[in-house]
Amino acid sequence: MRSPDLGFRLGIGVFAAALVAIVAGIGATLANDSWLSLQRFGLNFWRTSNWDPVAGEFGALPFIWGTLYSSVLALLIATPVALGIAVFISELCPHWLRAPLIFLTELLAAIPSIVYGLWGIFVLVPVVRAVELTMPESLRTLPLFSGPPFGVGMLAAALILAIMVVPFTSAVAREVLKTVPMTQREAAYALGATRFEAIRAAMFSARTGIIGAVMLGFGRALGETMAVTMVIGNNPQVALSLFAPQYTMAAVIANEFTEAANALYMSALIEIGLVLFVITLLVNLMSRGLIWSMARQVPARAAA
Amino acid sequence: MLSACGGATQPVTANNGGAAGNGQALQINGAGATFPNPIYSKWFAEYNKLHPEIRINYQSIGSGGGIQQLTNRTVFFGATDGPMNDEQLKAAPGPILHFPTVLGAVVPVYNIPGVTDELKFTGPVLADIYLGKIKKWNDPVLAKLNPGAKLPATDVTVVHRSDGSGTTYIFVDFLSKVSPDFKSQVGVNTSVKWPAGVGGKGNEGVAGLVTQTPGSIGYVELIYALQNKIAFGSVQNTAGEFVKASDDAVTKAADAAAATIPPDFRVSITNAPGAGAYPISSFTWILLYENPTDKASGKAIVDFMQWALTDGQKYCADLGYAPLPANVVMLEQAALGKIKVS
Repeated sequence: MRSPDLGFRLGIGVFAAALVAIVAGIGATLANDSWLSLQRFGLNFWRTSNWDPVAGEFGALPFIWGTLYSSVLALLIATPVALGIAVFISELCPHWLRAPLIFLTELLAAIPSIVYGLWGIFVLVPVVRAVELTMPESLRTLPLFSGPPFGVGMLAAALILAIMVVPFTSAVAREVLKTVPMTQREAAYALGATRFEAIRAAMFSARTGIIGAVMLGFGRALGETMAVTMVIGNNPQVALSLFAPQYTMAAVIANEFTEAANALYMSALIEIGLVLFVITLLVNLMSRGLIWSMARQVPARAAA
Repeated sequence: MLSACGGATQPVTANNGGAAGNGQALQINGAGATFPNPIYSKWFAEYNKLHPEIRINYQSIGSGGGIQQLTNRTVFFGATDGPMNDEQLKAAPGPILHFPTVLGAVVPVYNIPGVTDELKFTGPVLADIYLGKIKKWNDPVLAKLNPGAKLPATDVTVVHRSDGSGTTYIFVDFLSKVSPDFKSQVGVNTSVKWPAGVGGKGNEGVAGLVTQTPGSIGYVELIYALQNKIAFGSVQNTAGEFVKASDDAVTKAADAAAATIPPDFRVSITNAPGAGAYPISSFTWILLYENPTDKASGKAIVDFMQWALTDGQKYCADLGYAPLPANVVMLEQAALGKIKVS
C-alpha cells in the first residue's frame, strides 16, 4: 500500500475507533458510578416499582414503562403523519409549495423543548382535559381511559412527543424517497399503475430507509426530557390508562439529580441513566436487525 | 481527592480600578440552593459596589449540589434550604458551620370552583389531603374548618413538586411534625414518594397545574405566590391561630424558635411555637468551613456575612423574603468569630 493511503486509513480508523471508545466509555462510566445501586438492588432494580428516596428503596420499573409506553404511543401517532408529509412533499406537492413546507417542518424541529413544554401546560393540557371530561362513561370503564381527568398524563406526553418527532421522521423519509430513481416511477406508470400504486412501490423500495427514519424518531422520543416532564404528571406508576399521570427515565434524572445528596440515591439515578443507555442500544440493535432482514429479501417484488 | 485546591478562589486582576488600591480583586465562588438566589444575587451585587475588590460568584444549582461541591471543595461556600445531616457533615474534609441568612415560607394554593373565600387549613388536614385520605372538597373536616365557604363535592387533585427542592423539604418537614402517619408513610427529604397526585416541575409547574385544574391544591414558596398574585390559604399554628403567611408572621416563627436554637443553627422552625408565628417557615443557610484553606477569602466572606446579617437584611422586603430576628443575628455574629481567618 502506498504511504498516503496508509496515513488516510490510519486517520479515519482513529476517528472510527474514537466513536467506539466514547460509547464504551459512557457505558463504563455509568456502570461504575451506579455500582452501589447495582450491588444493592441487582435485577430487582428493573422489576420493582418502589421509588422512595427517604427509605433508600429504588426500583425503576415505572420509569422504564413510562418511557417505553410514551415513546411507542408517540410513534404510533407520529409515523403516519410524518410519512404522509414526506410522501406529499416528495411525490404530490406542487413545486412552489415544496420549499415552504420543508421550511415549516424543519422549523418544528428547531423549537426548544422547554417551549414545547410550556405550550403543553398552557394549551395542550387544557384541551386534553376537556376531551377527557367529555368522554362518555361507558368508555371511561375501559382500562385505557380510566382514572380522574387530570389533563396532564400519558396522553398529553404522547401527543407532545409525537409533534416533536414528526419533523425528524419526515425529513429523513423525504430524503430516502428522493433516492428512489425516477425511472422506477415511470416504469410503474408505463405498466398502468395508478398514482397510489406507484407511490406504494416507491415506498417499498425505500422501506429500509423509512424504518431508519421511524427509528430515529423513536430514539428521539426515548430521550426527550423537558417537554415530557412538564406534561406527564410525574407520578411513578405502571398504568395502562392514557389519562394516568406517569413518569419517564429522562424526566426523573432531570428532576431529582440536583438534589440527590446521598450516595445510594445518586447511584440509583445514574443506574436509571444506564438502563436508558441499554434500552437505547437494544432499540438500535433491533432496528438494525429489522433493516438487515428486510434487505435480505428479494427486491424483485418491489414493483409488484 | 479531597485535598485543598486553589480552584475555589483565585486572585484576578481588577479591571475597574477598585477601591482596594492594590489592583488585586478577590473572586469567591459559591453554589447551592435556588430559593435564596434572588436575594443572594442582590447582596453580591450591592456588596461589590461597596467593596469593588471582592467579587462573589454564586451558582444556584440546588441544595444537594451545593453541599456536594462544598464537600469536594470545588466551591468556597455552599448554600442549602435544609440543614446538612450528621452523615453529610462527617463526609466533609473539615468542620462546616451553618449560618441562617434569610427566612422563607411555603403556602398552600388551591383552585376550587365557586370558592372565593380564603380557606383555613390545619397541619393534620393538609397531611391527610397529601396522603390521599381526604378525597373530596366537601369532606366534613374541611367543611367544619371553613363554615362560610361553599365547598363543592368535587375530587381533590393533589399537586406536588416533581423536582427535588427545598420547598418540598420545608413542606414535608411540617407535615411530618403534625401527622405521625405522614411521617411514617412519607418522611422528610427534598424528594419523597408521594402517595397521591401529580407532580409539577418547579414553583411555576405547580402553580400552572393548580391554576388550570379545577379542584386542585398545591404548595409554592411564599415569594412566588406573592409575585404572581396567587391566592393562598392560612394554616393553624401551635397556638391555635390561623395565620396567613407574611414577612412578619415568618420572622415571628424564627423569633419564637430563637430561644431554643442550637449553637450550630441546624434547626427546623416549622410548626414553631408562639403567637402569630406562621407554621411552614424555614431558614435558609450559607455553609462555611470553620477552618478555610484560603485565609484571605475566609476573611472576605466573614466580612460579607457581617454585612449581610445587618445592612443586607433591608433588601428582604423588596424581594419577598422575611428578615432574620435580631436575637438570631446576634448569635450568628458571635458564631462568625469561630471561623479561623488567620
